[in-house]
Amino acid sequence: MPDLGLDVLFKGSNFLRLLEGLSEAAKISLIAIAISIPVGLLVGVLMTSKNIILKVLFRVYLETIRIMPQLVLLFIVFFGTTKTLGWKLDGETASIIVFSLWGVAEMGDLVRGSLVSIPKHQYESSKALGLSKNQTFLYVIIPQTVRRMIPLSINLITRMIKTTSLVLMIGVVEVLKVAQQIIEANRMSSPNAAFGVFLMVFLLYFVLCFVISSIAGMLEKRWS
Amino acid sequence: MSDVVLSIKDLHKSFDGNLILDGINLDVKQGEVIVIVGPSGCGKSTLLRTIKGLETYEIGSISTTDPKAQVGMVFQNYELFPHLKVIDNIILAPMKVNGTPKSEAKEKALEFLDRVGLKDKANSYPRQLSGGQKQRVAIVRALIMNPEIMLFDEVTAALDPEMVREVLDVMLGLAKQGKTMLIVTHEMQFAKAIADRVLFLDGGKIVEENTPDEFFTKPKTKRAKKFLNVFEFDAIR
Repeated sequence: MPDLGLDVLFKGSNFLRLLEGLSEAAKISLIAIAISIPVGLLVGVLMTSKNIILKVLFRVYLETIRIMPQLVLLFIVFFGTTKTLGWKLDGETASIIVFSLWGVAEMGDLVRGSLVSIPKHQYESSKALGLSKNQTFLYVIIPQTVRRMIPLSINLITRMIKTTSLVLMIGVVEVLKVAQQIIEANRMSSPNAAFGVFLMVFLLYFVLCFVISSIAGMLEKRWS
Repeated sequence: MSDVVLSIKDLHKSFDGNLILDGINLDVKQGEVIVIVGPSGCGKSTLLRTIKGLETYEIGSISTTDPKAQVGMVFQNYELFPHLKVIDNIILAPMKVNGTPKSEAKEKALEFLDRVGLKDKANSYPRQLSGGQKQRVAIVRALIMNPEIMLFDEVTAALDPEMVREVLDVMLGLAKQGKTMLIVTHEMQFAKAIADRVLFLDGGKIVEENTPDEFFTKPKTKRAKKFLNVFEFDAIR
């Protein structure tokens, strides 16, 4: 059996360091998600408004964020704005800003899509029963919107978690960066460490995303 | 007349420059069942929707004798709330609009469901029901608000033929109880059985107003005759 370089994981505190790296990645994505959900909800509702200026504004925002590779966004915020605007930004904060901008845009579009997919007759039959506009939103439209959004937003959340692997490019020490450090440090003693360490990184990402997907799957099943 | 519950005067409505309702005059008496028939696009659905307040109008007036009178409406596509169980579909409006306590609303809902033979479906979701069952729930959901007048807009048009009967039977039961109803339908046999009065609409106008017996056997107007012929077929052998 070839040497898979798994032994490195058990040397010193290597495994613990990987977990710390993972928690850094999780921290960035979870803070960004915590910002994206409420703000995205608001943006989504505003995107369905009849105001042309608001509509165009949000459309441009959404498309810009979508077209731009996340790495370019990270570079713009971390290297670009810090120099131009002269403010200080550490890699972690820059990452949270970029991931929030992305999350708000995508979440907003998900909310918008779910809202417009509610058939018009749901509003009409609510009105016919005498429900007010607010009651219609609260008891009829929002519960249905949330149910439609859950699978899509879980997809977004797992995408955000996976994309945190890019933040090492602006100097944030997350799981992939830690992995590289471990491999570098053990280059002589375990030349095959890359396989074992990256395999563990894969497993860690898998566990994190799998847990989230499973919760979503359970909710979906209960509500379908 | 004192027993008029709904009065429509000179009602005009246009949409995109087309006149949909062109001067409708109608008095509906307490307990009366009026069936409205006519070719598609004649304005019959719009008339019901305008009475319910789902559409605006430009000229004329719609008034109920009792200003607090409720108007209930059931639509063609069984428009239940898909995320709520049957029972919760029914009690939502009594609880939120009238402030009825949940237990009281539930008790009443179960009683109504029992009457349409769906008590055992109280805890089902709409997706678990057949079209006919959904439509009966929709009728109960409207009835529980205790409406003075019920409007039915082609409620069997989207149903499979074998499910039409169970819905029409519920409506016949309501007619027997003396509910005031305005019904838009293409079920001519049913119209004949349930109607006190038949209105034939064409081009946004009431072209003919007649008793069901007269209307379906010898209509007064040429246009009604032509419309009714659509439902007749000559044997080909």
